[in-house]
Amino acid sequence: MVRRVLRATLVPVLAVVVALLIGAALLHFSGLDPWKAYKALFEGAFGNLRAWKRTFEKATPLIFSGLAVAFAFRAGLFNIGAQGQLLLGSITAAVVGYMVELPPGLHVAVALLAGGLVGALYGAFPGVLKVYTGAHEVITTIMLNYIAINLTDYLADGPLKDPSGGGVVARTPRILESAALPTWGAVPSGFLLAILLAAVTYWLLWRTTYGFEIRTVGQNPNAARYAGMRVARVVGSTMLLSGLFAGLGGAVETLGVVGRFQPGFHAGLGFEGITIALLAKNNPFAIIPASLLVGAMKAGTSRMQFVADVPKEIIEVILALMLLLVAADHVIRALVGLREKGEERLVLTTGWGSH
Amino acid sequence: MAWRRHPWWYQNRSTIVGLGVLFAALVGAYVYSPQMTEAVLASTLRQSIPLVLGALCGLLGERSGVINIGIEGQMLLAAFVAFLMNVYTANLFLAVLSGIAVGALLGLLLAFLAVTLKVDQIIAGTIINIFAFGLTGYYYQVGLQTKGKLTPIAIPLLSELPLVGRVLFENPPITYATLLLIFIVHFVLFYTPWGLRTRAVGEHPRAADTLGINVYLVRYVNVVVGGMLAGLAGAFLTLEAVGTFERLMTNGRGFVALAVMIFGRWNPISAWGAAMLFGFATALQTQLQFMEIIHIPHQFIGMLPYGLTIAVLAGLRGRTRPPAAVGRPYEKE
Repeated sequence: MVRRVLRATLVPVLAVVVALLIGAALLHFSGLDPWKAYKALFEGAFGNLRAWKRTFEKATPLIFSGLAVAFAFRAGLFNIGAQGQLLLGSITAAVVGYMVELPPGLHVAVALLAGGLVGALYGAFPGVLKVYTGAHEVITTIMLNYIAINLTDYLADGPLKDPSGGGVVARTPRILESAALPTWGAVPSGFLLAILLAAVTYWLLWRTTYGFEIRTVGQNPNAARYAGMRVARVVGSTMLLSGLFAGLGGAVETLGVVGRFQPGFHAGLGFEGITIALLAKNNPFAIIPASLLVGAMKAGTSRMQFVADVPKEIIEVILALMLLLVAADHVIRALVGLREKGEERLVLTTGWGSH
Repeated sequence: MAWRRHPWWYQNRSTIVGLGVLFAALVGAYVYSPQMTEAVLASTLRQSIPLVLGALCGLLGERSGVINIGIEGQMLLAAFVAFLMNVYTANLFLAVLSGIAVGALLGLLLAFLAVTLKVDQIIAGTIINIFAFGLTGYYYQVGLQTKGKLTPIAIPLLSELPLVGRVLFENPPITYATLLLIFIVHFVLFYTPWGLRTRAVGEHPRAADTLGINVYLVRYVNVVVGGMLAGLAGAFLTLEAVGTFERLMTNGRGFVALAVMIFGRWNPISAWGAAMLFGFATALQTQLQFMEIIHIPHQFIGMLPYGLTIAVLAGLRGRTRPPAAVGRPYEKE
């Protein structure tokens, strides 16, 4: 068991280390001090209670979007649209949060569910398109991302715009106190929800018949069809649930951290879900440490920028390097002389519209 | 049953009728309002250039069996480097070359991941995109001043033709180059031994291998050349269309280009037609908005190409057939 975990974590951990080293080299050649930068980054993420809180806050939506992407991956589907689903979930939660008046506990629950539901529908749409028309989800979900960005920009700058303070800023009004997700000490309640969802996802995938169907469809849709599984239903419902996870992530971010919807505040959260799913090799529990890692890097950036004068976008470069190294794990394996075992490797449904 | 061979004009009757109707509509519009027609046509062509270059990049890869979902990233990083080169050297020619080189390098990376390491091709492309977003984000500085952009060159006599003269024959260099490249790629793909090899590798790599074709080499070359075309599209954006670099300025064109490729059925000239259609939709909307005939929030106009892409993908069920081996890594025996 321990050996297995060690084997499975070796490549991602090495990828992280190598990416940080290359990042250090990049900083060095930009004339900056990598040691100072990384030290500030670490302090900004774990230096005190507030830093820890920031790290948890940053990690929370990433767990949701990471789970969304990983869950779809298991069925051989690439949900690049987590970003769009997250945006719509987020703006829906904001609307329910400020327009509807409900008792405290109920209000949060309704706002969360509404956000999740809209995200789910927006995720199910490309799933249905794929089933009925063969339109490949990779392109349709990307297109739906752009549509979601435009739509939420319009709503936040138009019908839902906050009129207070002269209505200068394009954003929705603040959610009511009764719709806010509480934070206990350094731990936001959304983070606990995220961990719960990871456990549920694990249970769903490996302890239910439905999960077995998902994984079979992901490994070989033809075999699944031959075994009598309804592939179309599995594809559609997987995208629905994937969208639900992403939508919930957006809702949690709105209700727990931002307190309203504002264009640009949720940028990148869905895309980072792809990085995290790949880093965690689509294992629901591994997504938690992966998200904490990325969350910590994001939480520490402002201190790094302040102390070491390093542009915060260096994080994006390091993340991309990590992803590159994880995906091309042959390179890492060759570096440490580890032989490749006949492990499952991720293969998606390929070809446009040939499902 | 014996096949009767129809004459070429009968085989292509729908295309010919379609072009005829299109031409009649154009002439009608030109008679009604020459200025507006020219403006819409010129804008259509401008919008179509990056799309068709991206589609050519995509179809070179797919014809040889490699899906390239990283076109967006290739365009973006190329646009950025071309812009920087222009800022620091003030040499537009060098700037264009650097954009092409960046596209080629990212193509090489994609080929290495997808062909040699056999990483899932869609994931490999996504990595290229994330990589390009990250690098441009890190190195982007506000306030860099561009040193000029590529300007239109009027071709004598031809540019004085009515209707098409100004639209087709008074363009900046990358536009001319693209129009040529469409036909060059078409010719190479369908009328040369190299093109035959490329298509063979994309349809049935094992058979091609048996005949002594180097499958890996064919895929590498096509993906790298495709990368150059995507790089040229990036250079077009910063050096010819906009004149400066903005964060994430490609705005999904690399992905829309894939829909253009599919709509054009992996055929360069048809892909150009598809790109013009996409360009026309945007150009017409903008013109109508500009003339205050319709009032739609700009965000909805912004959604148009994306909605159109989804509609194209969903509407083409069973009517297109991608190269058979697309997306599958080739394992030598």
